[in-house]
Amino acid sequence: MKHDFVVKVGIADLNIVHDPAVIRTSGLGSCIGVVIYDLRAKLGGMAHVMLPDSSLAKGEHIKLAKYADTAIPMLMELLRKEGGKTFKAKLAGGAQMFQFQSNDMMRIGPRNLEAVKKQLKDYGVPIAAEDCGGSNGRTIEFNPSNGALQIRTVNKGVTEI
Amino acid sequence: MNLDNRFTSYHLDILKEIGNIGAGNAATALSKLLQRKIDMKVPSVRVVDFDEVMDIVGGADRMIVSVFLRVEGDAPGNMFFIMSPTQASRFVRYMTGDEAFDFNTPPYSELAISSVQELGNILSGSYLSSMSDFTNLDLYPSVPSIAIDMVGAILSYGLLELSQVNDYAIVIDTTFVDDVAQGEEMKGHFFLLPDPPSFETIFTSLGVPTDET
Repeated sequence: MKHDFVVKVGIADLNIVHDPAVIRTSGLGSCIGVVIYDLRAKLGGMAHVMLPDSSLAKGEHIKLAKYADTAIPMLMELLRKEGGKTFKAKLAGGAQMFQFQSNDMMRIGPRNLEAVKKQLKDYGVPIAAEDCGGSNGRTIEFNPSNGALQIRTVNKGVTEI
Repeated sequence: MNLDNRFTSYHLDILKEIGNIGAGNAATALSKLLQRKIDMKVPSVRVVDFDEVMDIVGGADRMIVSVFLRVEGDAPGNMFFIMSPTQASRFVRYMTGDEAFDFNTPPYSELAISSVQELGNILSGSYLSSMSDFTNLDLYPSVPSIAIDMVGAILSYGLLELSQVNDYAIVIDTTFVDDVAQGEEMKGHFFLLPDPPSFETIFTSLGVPTDET
């Protein structure tokens, strides 16, 4: 996972890259790493989605990249502005790190995944590959030149989808 | 609700004192349990964005051993006990006498997992009972849950509740140091992340108004 230009995406954040840069986000747990890309344009965007729905927000200011229903529209707009036309998506994350029964928030992983998939469906973006669920954290890196998504976990090393 | 404007450095000092009392008791309990000297640093109270929360313990990518539990009762919140795999392995070896045990080489024995869980139980129990005495609030820990994984994957759970209100967290962070072996790898952290409405409850219980700015 060594490249010259790595754009890092923080938690509840998003960004886009052109080839030859790659884009990475670290330590996905229940959060979803959403990658939307256009192979022909060698363009890729990544969002680190934390919560499913912006209607959950209780504050005055909404950080768009935090919620599935606002992050994906924002990402799509950025990608189109950069010349993207035909999109595919790859997903990783949505794990359940802790086994709590008492709190609804603890089952946030599957809810995030469902919300992300609904958005992608609404935009007509097919999911090319995904590595979601389970109970392990993931660090992901996407390369827009070939559409490869590398996934690193603590125990299983690096895989590629 | 904007915590930045409503709370002054005086409020943050009060939170620091809570960390001091709570973690002080927890460190004493840990020393007794392990029959080792455990030093505690003066706690810090930090108002940080989510990525900075991860950076306090070495960045989102780093592997840690953690015990996570919910604080329930009058002032709910999240509590984390965070150690490097090397430090956690030392603690397990102290507790079980299994000199070969190492969190860097899975799979882990059930005994090791449950001893770390018990460690979390004892520490959170002593932290919360002293905090409870200080504030007169009813506070009790949920059953602790252990995870051995990346910092980001683990700590993001502690941010879910408050992320619906804010884009930053108030972290009451206490560092403890195993006296036998010094160095960065031997540091552990105790995080208390109260849910946003709990700050009001805590300050009110101590007779400190929150509306003056």
